[in-house]
Amino acid sequence: MGIKNPPALAEEKSLFEGSARGEVAVTKSSSRPKRETAESMATRQKDIAVSEFFAKNRHLLGFDNPRKALLTAVKEAVDNSLDACEEAGILPNITVIIEDLQPDRPATTKHSRYRVTVIDNGPGIVRRQVENVFGRLLFGSKFHRLKMSRGQQGIGISAAGMYGLITTGRPMVIHTRPNAKKPAHLIELAMNTKTNRAEVTLDTETEDFPPSQYKVLSAATRAPDFLSPEDYRTGTSVAIELEGRYQKGRGSVDEFLELTAIANPHAKITFVPPSRVSADEQEELPLGDVARDATPAELAENQAESVKSGELLAPNGVDPTLTTIMKDGIIIFPRGTEELPPETKEIQPHPKGIELGILIQMMRDFEDANRGGGTLYNFLQERFSRISAQRAAEFCREIGAHTRTKVGDLTPKQVEQLFKSFQTARLPAPPTDCLAPIGVRQLLAGLLKGVKAEFYAASSRQPEVYRGRPFQIEAAIAFGGELPPNEPARVIRFANRVPLLFQQSACSSFKAVIETGWRNYNLQQPRGSLPVGPLVIMIHMASVWVPFTSESKEAIADYDEIRKEMKLALMECGRKLGTYLRKRQKMQREAARRDVFERYIGEIAKAINAINGMDADEIYQKLLEEARKRTAIADARLDENGQVIKKDEHEDLRQDDAVVMVESRAAHLQLAEGSATTSPDTNGVSDGEEKVSLKRKKKAATTRKKRSAGGDNGLF
Amino acid sequence: MAKKTTRKSQDDKRMKERDKATLAKIVALADTITEAAFKHGDISISIPTRSRANTIWNRKKRILEMGDNKASRELFNLNQAKQFMQTMLHSATIKELIEADKTSSLRSVFYKAKHTVAGTRENTFDTQEESDPILEDLEVTLGALREELHIFAENRGAMVGNITLIDKGDEIDCRRMGSGGYALPSIVEPDVIEFKKCEADFVLHVEKGTVWNRFNEDRFWEKNNCILTHGAGQPPRGCRRLLQRLNQELGLPIICLLDCDPWGHYIYSVIKQGSISLAFESSRLAIPEAKFLGIRAKDYRECDLSDAVKIDLKDNDIKRAKEIAAYPWFKENKAWQKEIQHMLDNGFKMEVESLITKDISYVTEVYVPERLKKRDWLD
Ligand SMILES: Nc1ncnc2c1ncn2[C@@H]1O[C@H](COP(=O)(O)OP(=O)(O)OP(=O)(O)O)[C@@H](O)[C@H]1O
Ligand SMILES: [Mg+2]
Repeated sequence: MGIKNPPALAEEKSLFEGSARGEVAVTKSSSRPKRETAESMATRQKDIAVSEFFAKNRHLLGFDNPRKALLTAVKEAVDNSLDACEEAGILPNITVIIEDLQPDRPATTKHSRYRVTVIDNGPGIVRRQVENVFGRLLFGSKFHRLKMSRGQQGIGISAAGMYGLITTGRPMVIHTRPNAKKPAHLIELAMNTKTNRAEVTLDTETEDFPPSQYKVLSAATRAPDFLSPEDYRTGTSVAIELEGRYQKGRGSVDEFLELTAIANPHAKITFVPPSRVSADEQEELPLGDVARDATPAELAENQAESVKSGELLAPNGVDPTLTTIMKDGIIIFPRGTEELPPETKEIQPHPKGIELGILIQMMRDFEDANRGGGTLYNFLQERFSRISAQRAAEFCREIGAHTRTKVGDLTPKQVEQLFKSFQTARLPAPPTDCLAPIGVRQLLAGLLKGVKAEFYAASSRQPEVYRGRPFQIEAAIAFGGELPPNEPARVIRFANRVPLLFQQSACSSFKAVIETGWRNYNLQQPRGSLPVGPLVIMIHMASVWVPFTSESKEAIADYDEIRKEMKLALMECGRKLGTYLRKRQKMQREAARRDVFERYIGEIAKAINAINGMDADEIYQKLLEEARKRTAIADARLDENGQVIKKDEHEDLRQDDAVVMVESRAAHLQLAEGSATTSPDTNGVSDGEEKVSLKRKKKAATTRKKRSAGGDNGLF
Repeated sequence: MAKKTTRKSQDDKRMKERDKATLAKIVALADTITEAAFKHGDISISIPTRSRANTIWNRKKRILEMGDNKASRELFNLNQAKQFMQTMLHSATIKELIEADKTSSLRSVFYKAKHTVAGTRENTFDTQEESDPILEDLEVTLGALREELHIFAENRGAMVGNITLIDKGDEIDCRRMGSGGYALPSIVEPDVIEFKKCEADFVLHVEKGTVWNRFNEDRFWEKNNCILTHGAGQPPRGCRRLLQRLNQELGLPIICLLDCDPWGHYIYSVIKQGSISLAFESSRLAIPEAKFLGIRAKDYRECDLSDAVKIDLKDNDIKRAKEIAAYPWFKENKAWQKEIQHMLDNGFKMEVESLITKDISYVTEVYVPERLKKRDWLD
């Protein structure tokens, strides 16, 4: 939600500081003498403008159409839950429930009424803030600070509630329990868009948290571990009824949750989808149907076993056997790591990262805070990062001011001059401890549980700065396994761990992917396009301020600094993939070679037996040994050109903490990819035979697997 | 009768000795491989190379001979693995044949060894063309003749003429062979075929059956007191061996009537000097004295043939003709250099049948007799 109205927001915030429990929010003006002043009126006028404005321009908030509205409601609530849990240092447990409230509607109806409920185990919300959080636009804890978080503007959840109210007339239902030892608050509230105020229709306390009404939806929700009170000792449940459309595919709730789970492996997310998918315009998209991609619960265990026994090497703390699970219609994204993202620090803006208007506003705030008395010298040091005392004095001098000059006494010309000096000054980069990258390990953990590939690599770059704002780029790739082999790579994009689902081609990350030379890494890549192959590319940008191309927060603006970092991260992953693929191709060639030998050895043993009476089995074994030894030699010591190489490159990958390889899935891919395998041609091998040798490859692959499970080969 | 029995038992004994030697060679081959397998040595068979590079032109004997080059056929080489297996399969087959004292045609050996490789749908052999060279490899590897391997080729080629022979004890009068002639067996060694009585003055060998039919129908052999043979194209070993025996044992000149094209020239070259792939057998097959009667490049003019007989030389033909011209035995032969150049200058080929355009029996009644009389041939 990017509405750029910072001065108004700052004011809003201060307006609510005194709100007391049970009260409808009180404005500053109401604490003053009864008579309206021009100022208080102006404030209210702004309020009205904001909520009415959004009611009429829903698309700005992501409610353009029923399908996106459903997604946005889920997204706002989930983002808030994750933010709240992280800030409170709680490993997030989030349950998303979408109920179809018109299950008997005719099949042709394009949309339906849904109840979206998101329940978290976060810190809860103190009673007195509930109305503000849910009933007012532009109320939030995150806007006026420079800190990395998902939400920023203080619009999200109230806008969702407002949209629900507009389309269904139903209020939001909030359960929130800030204290595990006390009952939860149960509040129903509707926003009055005219006044930007919440109207509370129910306000009571209850022990029923998490709300038991959701336990009776289906067989799966009756399971004891579903919404168990132990998991949700504190927390918040938000329910919004709205007009929406539930469909799968790109830009769906399914995709959003799937991607959220990947970027937030520390969260456990449970999703109860509605009983039916909306009619019409059902997009046949290969992505974003988690129910289809998830592993049925009964299979999950077996698969975990097979992944474990197929040799796998994953960095510490990453459990490669985790996978999305589907159980009785409920989808569970399990927690992939017990580690919370590091806490991030708030920072002061860097001089190079602000606009003139903001500079003026900051000066005004500073003046206010010092009751009109702050000096420019102090302002520069206190309100900015990376301005030393010496540097502050220099700035003062540059604009013809004294160190004791009061901020309020600066002329507009001087302020502008200061702004210009900021741009030309040589300043240290902003601090970067305000950033919480996902980290290589967690990137891998997230991808591993979300994408069934055979090879994973991740890269987390060092923080960099664009326009005075620190940012950090991370990339990860997943290759092979069960990914579709002949489609363009899927690019999944994240900003501050939030998936970006729309406007891919406008996004800097998309450009970075296209500009990266994937052919260098043994992948196909049509000119100016995405690479083609069983590949998922993940890009994450962490920043205190993500530059979106538009207010809908859908694409990252194309700054050179940012794109360059993205490319570097992709190249790092790509190089590892290249090494892996070359090795794998070599292995396939060797396997095929071995296959050819093994194919004939049986016949030869029989013939020898017929001639000199030697035991056929014994000869067979000897020859087989020899065949394997020979192909193993070639495997280990020769590179593509038959050159002897000293060290096995794969060894490096195996030692690499930023790489995970799952051989059992690689074997699977070898089969699927068959046609791409270079066949070691013996004289006149016909087409028919080629197919045969593929079939045989399966056998060869499994035998190899068995052998190496015995420990001789590790991971490849 | 009694005499015959003794000879037969003598034969048998000789045969047994030969078989024993061949068997021992096959077992030795298998033993080498077994040993290598147990010692982790190279699993390979050393096979004399039947290639152009390993063919030596013996100027004195005027035949092609095989050189001493050997190539090793390795199991653990992608390009050789299958042939290695095929070689072993055929070794086993031959051993079985010898032990059962049976002979078998190339075709049936192919069928005997052809099956799907266990666990796959791949055939051990797909075509007989794959199988035959493997048997030839075994001949040279084991240093055994084909008949010693108990293998024979299908009968191919035919013979009529003023000669009587004994074929496995049966008397064959080649004057009374009707329109089909005596089918030439693949093994014509003295223990199979004996010449009993021969009045013929020479042998006329023609390229194919159709031409041969013409000559037979016109009773050419009777009129010209000769033997008439054909080899159905490139003459098989049986045919060549018989021609050689007729030449060497009975002193009959071998006169060839072949097409005027690179293929005809090549057939002549094989009859005369031996072939590359069977260079090891040249001493049994080549007939350095064989003559090439026609068709000649000059015949288009000399015989006043119509344009209908011309068949354009293709690029491939030209290439082939130049290759043949470069064979050492042709290279030193001015007449042949001229002949090939003439054909190239003509720009067309001619078949023996082209003479029929003049008159159905022109070739038998005019062309051949005249050329013979003038001794107008190439050597
Ligand atoms: N589930 C929750 N648990 C605890 N606090 C919450 C929860 N949801 C919202 N809040 C609080 O309410 C505030 C308002 O949330 P809202 O979604 O409206 O705005 P935001 O998250 O700050 O910004 P954005 O508009 O970008 O989402 C948040 O800043 C947070 O302090
Ligand atoms: Mg929010």
